[in-house]
Amino acid sequence: MAIRSYTSRSEFEQYRFNPFVTLLVPFVLILIQAYLPVIFPRLLILDLPLIAVIFFAVARRNPIMGALTGASIGLCQDMLTGQPIGINGIAKTAIGYAASSIGLQVDVENITTRILMNFGFSVLQSGLLFLIHRDMLGDPAKMLWLHELYRAIFNTLIAIPIFLLLDRTKRRE
Amino acid sequence: MNGIREEVLHVSQSNPDNGSRTFWIMESFFSRYKNALVLIAILLAQTIWLATQINRAADPSQPDGPKVRLLRLWAVALISPFERLSSSTGRGIRTTWTNYIDLRHVRQQNLDLQKQVDALRLQRAELAQDALEGQRLRTLLDFRHNYVAATVAAQIIGSSGSDQSRLLTLDKGARDGLKPDMAVITPNGIVGKLRDVFPNTSQLLLINDSTAGAGVILGSTRIHAILRGSPQGRIQINNLTPDSRIKAGETVLTSGGDGVFPRGLPVGTIESIVLDPAHQPYTLITLHSAVDLNQLDEVLVVTGTAAADALAQAQELQDLAADPTTHAADVSAERLPSLHDDKAPATPGDGTDPAPPPPDNSTQLVPKPKPVLHPDRYSPGEAPAAADLKPGAPKQ
Repeated sequence: MAIRSYTSRSEFEQYRFNPFVTLLVPFVLILIQAYLPVIFPRLLILDLPLIAVIFFAVARRNPIMGALTGASIGLCQDMLTGQPIGINGIAKTAIGYAASSIGLQVDVENITTRILMNFGFSVLQSGLLFLIHRDMLGDPAKMLWLHELYRAIFNTLIAIPIFLLLDRTKRRE
Repeated sequence: MNGIREEVLHVSQSNPDNGSRTFWIMESFFSRYKNALVLIAILLAQTIWLATQINRAADPSQPDGPKVRLLRLWAVALISPFERLSSSTGRGIRTTWTNYIDLRHVRQQNLDLQKQVDALRLQRAELAQDALEGQRLRTLLDFRHNYVAATVAAQIIGSSGSDQSRLLTLDKGARDGLKPDMAVITPNGIVGKLRDVFPNTSQLLLINDSTAGAGVILGSTRIHAILRGSPQGRIQINNLTPDSRIKAGETVLTSGGDGVFPRGLPVGTIESIVLDPAHQPYTLITLHSAVDLNQLDEVLVVTGTAAADALAQAQELQDLAADPTTHAADVSAERLPSLHDDKAPATPGDGTDPAPPPPDNSTQLVPKPKPVLHPDRYSPGEAPAAADLKPGAPKQ
């Protein structure tokens, strides 16, 4: 008996990117992330580098590449902050790895999947950052769940159009 | 792991060669768990690096080691030209738009402003009188403050991009005379201090960052306190016990005790006072910042203070420290009655010549009676000398 699968063709496809795009897109997103709050301070809630990590990790579907992408972008982000370097690096490494692993299992081209994925990874990153601050830095800060929920929603809303835009840079292997 | 165990059993039964078998098992293990092992390695490396930075950050004056500082310098140097470009472009667009908006209704605004100018002229005359009086009183009270003497204006060109680190990038750096820990203010009040200063840019740590702080004094009660930023970007005082004199709306000023901010600059006003649930019995006093820290465009970096009075005070303290007994005696002599005339030159070698003491056989040593007001026959000098008296002579 033939086994029917709900898996779309695109689930099995891996993508690669022009090296220029690989470097430029995270750089531009980090730059926008650093500059936008100067004009619109409320946009500090946004995390554009996280969107870049999720997009590249999911598209490549290679957990090692996902972890390395997350580490690179996270460390670059840390260098612009006053915090010790590695906080965002660790969190985004884990996110990159998880996103790549999920990319192997589900159809990440689907808009619903993308919404759930971005929302979930944003909440996961907030949790990871909270744990890093509390357990590794000894910071007694509390987790503001409502704030992090807003952050996840806002990030998801921004991520969907960015994903659609970045889809144009994909090249099939 | 069960899969590996089965493969090991299979290999041990089929291949007696132990060396190649171990190699095969290792290869199998690494190929199977390659992804997880790489993830663990990356996380471990970052964790170790993070731990070394935290260990080094025990010195607050140097939060970063040289390597980390170099990395930050590279990152800022890479991104700041684009930030400058974006900032100037954005500012140009905003200015153009604002100018256009400003031109509308400009005639009516001009009339309104003329009225305001007339009113302000009257106010200025009154304030000039007040200022003169203030200056006179200040002189009388020997008002000693560290006034801001020199500032460098700098524009905000970027941020950390994270709400967990309230750091802004300024377009001025070490080449403009900026140094770490310099106070950053606006005409409305304090903003923060410089954290890292690079050749052309610098990083401003806002006062509401969780790692920032300042010494403050409450305006009316004159209570000293320490202000800190919170992770939520608020400015709070959490080292005061409940005091009924502290009320919401009270002004908070810098105390100058932190060595960063000059004394007397506005910090903000007290917004709320609640008991700190985490640190009983202390209160958690939240301030409303005098400066809108979310809408900063241009700031002033304090590069110098008028410290003439401060230097004089320091000199006095230094003198006291050098010879405390003499000064204590002087102070006592000024306050207590004394047998000695301290103002008379008594010690040799102090620049004056005291009169030499009279010799031992001098007549100056014999006490002389004071002249009498109403002389009679008993008064000294009124009686004739014994040699002039004659025995049997009648009394005069």
